[in-house]
Amino acid sequence: MAADALLVQSATYLGAAVVSVPIAERLGLGSVLGYLVAGVMVGPAVLGLVSGAEDVMHVAEFGVVMMLFLVGLELQPSKLWAMRGAVFGLGGAQVVATAAAVALAAVAAGLGLAPAFAVGLILAMSSTAMVLQALAEKGLLKSPAGETSFAVLLFQDIAVIPILAVMPLLAPGGGGGDHGAGAHADGGTLVDGLPGWAAALLVLAAVGVIVLGGRLVMRPLFMAMARLRMREIFTATALLLVAGTALIMESVGLSPALGAFLAGVVLADSEFRHEIETDIAPFKGLLLGLFFIAVGAGIQIDLILARPLAVAAIVLAVVAIKAAVLYAIARSARLNRSDALLTAIALSQIGEFAFVLIGFASQNRILAGDLAALLTASVALSMLTTPILLILFERFASGAETADDRPADAIDERNRVIIAGFGRVGQIVGRLLIGRGVPVTVLEHDAEQLEALRRFGFKLYYGDARRHDLLEAAGAAEAALLVVATDDKETTTEIVETARRNFPGLKIVARAYDRPHAYEVEEAGADRVVRETFEGGIEMATESLRVLGVPAFEANRLGRIFRRHDIETMDVLRVVRKTGDRDAYGLAFRQRREMLSSVLTRDVQTVPGTDDSGWDAETLRRESRGEG
Amino acid sequence: MPHKILLLFAHPSIRRSRVNRALLDAASAVAGVTVHDLYETYPDFAIDVDREQRLLLDHDAIVCQHPLFWYSAPAIVREWQDLVLEHGWAYGRHGRALEGKTWMQAVSTGGREGAYREDGLNRYSIDELLRPFEATAHLCHMVWQRPFVVHATHVAEAAEIDAAADAFRARLVALRDGSPVRVVV
Ligand SMILES: Cc1cc2nc3c(=O)[nH]c(=O)nc-3n(C[C@H](O)[C@H](O)[C@H](O)COP(=O)(O)O)c2cc1C
Repeated sequence: MAADALLVQSATYLGAAVVSVPIAERLGLGSVLGYLVAGVMVGPAVLGLVSGAEDVMHVAEFGVVMMLFLVGLELQPSKLWAMRGAVFGLGGAQVVATAAAVALAAVAAGLGLAPAFAVGLILAMSSTAMVLQALAEKGLLKSPAGETSFAVLLFQDIAVIPILAVMPLLAPGGGGGDHGAGAHADGGTLVDGLPGWAAALLVLAAVGVIVLGGRLVMRPLFMAMARLRMREIFTATALLLVAGTALIMESVGLSPALGAFLAGVVLADSEFRHEIETDIAPFKGLLLGLFFIAVGAGIQIDLILARPLAVAAIVLAVVAIKAAVLYAIARSARLNRSDALLTAIALSQIGEFAFVLIGFASQNRILAGDLAALLTASVALSMLTTPILLILFERFASGAETADDRPADAIDERNRVIIAGFGRVGQIVGRLLIGRGVPVTVLEHDAEQLEALRRFGFKLYYGDARRHDLLEAAGAAEAALLVVATDDKETTTEIVETARRNFPGLKIVARAYDRPHAYEVEEAGADRVVRETFEGGIEMATESLRVLGVPAFEANRLGRIFRRHDIETMDVLRVVRKTGDRDAYGLAFRQRREMLSSVLTRDVQTVPGTDDSGWDAETLRRESRGEG
Repeated sequence: MPHKILLLFAHPSIRRSRVNRALLDAASAVAGVTVHDLYETYPDFAIDVDREQRLLLDHDAIVCQHPLFWYSAPAIVREWQDLVLEHGWAYGRHGRALEGKTWMQAVSTGGREGAYREDGLNRYSIDELLRPFEATAHLCHMVWQRPFVVHATHVAEAAEIDAAADAFRARLVALRDGSPVRVVV
């Protein structure tokens, strides 16, 4: 292909992304929708700037592979092992139930049994790329909904293999297809034509190569590359790892994404994890973008326009069925209503694997040509529905009430101290007070944190401390002290405000993020404010001095002097800050900094040079030698 | 059996010390002496009482070395006394944990020996000024030793400091190998 054509193609895709994604972000629609729309715009239906979206698609699929590699990097093997129940339980239930429900619907719509079954399996798949990207953008990957979604997606990725194996059996002739398991890679694969046991062995060997290779080869290799101190070669190594893994997996007919995921997990506890992550992330982002654009460009607008009702019916029915099944499964996994709904919506589209499976099914003459085309259009269109549904969800369903539909726990104790927020800071406060025999009532709003801490034997109550009725229920009216140790700035300020307004007699000690936030929390009514990193920073400075050879007591005292000086600085700046004069603030800040050095260089122990002292002074010493 | 000596050392700015550092170096070289630097161990004054008491029990003689500050010891020595010498442990009807151990003060003074006389600038002798420590040792059933004193640190030349260090080493060795400690009743 002429290099020009490649350039034109790249420019078109990049241009489309650069124009539409920022707009979509601005409108709060998320990048995925932006890319999809960009794809539609440059696609054959509208501007017709690109053709051959399938080729691009093939390259772009590598973005999905990278994404799973990155996901794997985040997941230590032990964590993955801990997820096995969710993966096989929830994922298995989702695939089986969805496939059955869709197949039933297809039969009702007049399809034969075998094709209906195939359609069910195909449409049960969700889009890993879409879901993970959308959830990551919203910071929800680690939320209950995010983790449930991930478990289900992981199972689907694994399930593709047996599905590909089963597919030929559904062909009209029964087992008529001449492909072995996993022929979705375009060329033949190594396992083609092998007896079952040999194929299985080969697959196991491939997985073994990835796991052992990751441990024994890749780590030393990364180490060597890091020593070279050539950034781009390190990046190249990381990319090579992903590409190589994908190749190995593809050659034995497994999902390359799954292989990359595995490679990621193997490297998850390596010391280079963060390096690799930051190196690969931009490639992943771009390729995924490309992927979504390709999906957008591939939407067959003409087909949709020709049979709008049929397409709409398929999309709506499938999305509704998938969402309903997922909601039921998520609820059965004890997610609250809001999280379950989010999971259901997130996974309600049909995934990119469907493209592959549809192609495979029509090769095997399971699906008639026009049905396959109809389905392909529906798949792409269904991907368009997810970002929109997610926006609707955020607007209407995830409001304060629903996100919090888990009711606050009933609080059956009355203590003099209430701690709001039991994270890193709150726990220290709590442990110290409890250790000293001061009973505390602890409020925590993060359900997971809550469970984890309960397992450690802490007694905590679930609830949002911003709400005055919860504080009331915790006994704020009679308590002596409220410790606000939440880590979110706004939350902390809100809690302090609410508490001050409603319980004037309560003393409040609050955690602040930094100096400006400390002032904010003071103004909100806290009696004492502690900047969360302040003491830690001083301790680091003290330890640094010690490493430099300063004796412990002296270093410690310097730390304490700094501490006092900085707290005084807060007082000085508070006054200046009230005037709102920025220049004056800056000046005052610089003056305080100058002062600091004179305060810190003052001697730790000085003796006044009284001349007639009965004892020593440095001055006296010189004096007695006749130098003074 | 040689006595085990615990050297409680207190100097808040060791980097500027001339005399006490020399004494400390000499002491560290004496076998059987455990050097315990209070300011270095407790820069925040959060003295670990259990640990200190265990250390005391593990040794036969305690030497408390410090520069004379305001006719007394640097602050951490006082903090140490207040917290470690607990009632019911070190003194009181049942407090006999330290019974029979030796206590010796090793101090350096800026002032000359002549200044520590009735007619001198400081009006009292070192022995008199150290009475609170002597009384403390007595209350805790310990045997008080004549203090080791280095005077006139501000005019001390290197040779004098060396001599002081040698003398200190000799005192410690004598304390270590000396006759069994008399038990007071
Ligand atoms: C805060 C302070 C108080 C002192 N008080 C006395 C004192 O009461 N009598 C005295 O003779 N020397 C006094 N000195 C002098 C010290 O005893 C003298 O500097 C020390 O013994 C020197 O020992 P070094 O070289 O180990 O620091 C004092 C020194 C300081 C810093």
